[in-house]
Amino acid sequence: MISTGDFSRFLETFAARIHAAKEELTQLDSAIGDADHGINMDRGMTAISELLPGLQDGDAGTLFKQTGMKLISTVGGASGPLYGTFFLRLGTSFGTATEIGPTELAAGFRAGLEGVIARGKAGLDDKTMVDAMVPAVEALEAGIGDLPAALDAAAVAAAAGRDRVTPLVARKGRASYLGERSADHQDPGATSTTILFESLRDALRAG
Amino acid sequence: MVALVLVGHSPELLRGLRAMLAQAAPAVPVVVAGGTDGGALGTSAPRILHALRSALADSPDGTIVLLDLGSAALALEMALDDLEPSARARVRVSRGALVEGAVRAAVQAAGGGSLAAVLAASEMSAALDKLPDDWPADGAAPGTHPGQTPGRPDR
Repeated sequence: MISTGDFSRFLETFAARIHAAKEELTQLDSAIGDADHGINMDRGMTAISELLPGLQDGDAGTLFKQTGMKLISTVGGASGPLYGTFFLRLGTSFGTATEIGPTELAAGFRAGLEGVIARGKAGLDDKTMVDAMVPAVEALEAGIGDLPAALDAAAVAAAAGRDRVTPLVARKGRASYLGERSADHQDPGATSTTILFESLRDALRAG
Repeated sequence: MVALVLVGHSPELLRGLRAMLAQAAPAVPVVVAGGTDGGALGTSAPRILHALRSALADSPDGTIVLLDLGSAALALEMALDDLEPSARARVRVSRGALVEGAVRAAVQAAGGGSLAAVLAASEMSAALDKLPDDWPADGAAPGTHPGQTPGRPDR
């Protein structure tokens, strides 16, 4: 079972890795976007780290709903509403539970993914965070019998999804303004989503 | 009177535009929602929601929303989701360019235009040519093309 404290460690890990990857994400986004993804995500996740001490002893739903609300108001770019919606849906799915099993975990991430798709209206091959998130959630769902293996498979699937769409032309967001020139650039949103699933794996493994 | 809500990434940009509108159409209520909660560049759904509520409270006729860039539309959608249905029915979102669209909308609103008329005025900006008819089609400075009449024939 995964406790709220475990999830809090996941968010802390995600915040630290986003901070460490801030320059890389900004570099990726300056090639095909508006060079703000690293700065925006770091600002949002830094705000989350400050919230965590007050939330880690409560229920998992509140932890993720507060995270979503904070991201929506602090991140600024398109990733604010998108990651904000993801965490809000995750929180709604977990409700007042303080211990989450593998099945609930997969269902929560599926709800989050559906929220991102409904909000951003992106599908596979549009070259967005969805291209990393869809295979990661599918891997999580396929492996609920063995949680550590499923978490690892999800992180690996996210990275593979991120790399799979690098040659493609972006069809959503600011990168789509560039048309053909967006091809062969790694997508910053798919990159931060991969960091999210790697953080989940590493934080829960450490527990 | 129809109000305007300006949504954008830069608070300074929107403040400047609001000052221009106050000069062109001082009676029209203009509410801005620019920047994140920390004042950084970006948009924030809660700030947009607050601006919409404030504009609608002052203007029973409704409000037109203008955006600086397409990425602001995601945060706007979130804000609209949280708005009460009766209030949402009095909101129209413009496809017009922010600066020209807002100026045209403000002038139309000041003249008592309906929500539909103000929206239409704001969207005419998309086809608005800011340059004189004889300006070179490729945007080059007048008079720099071989064989073309200089832009200032009096010289």
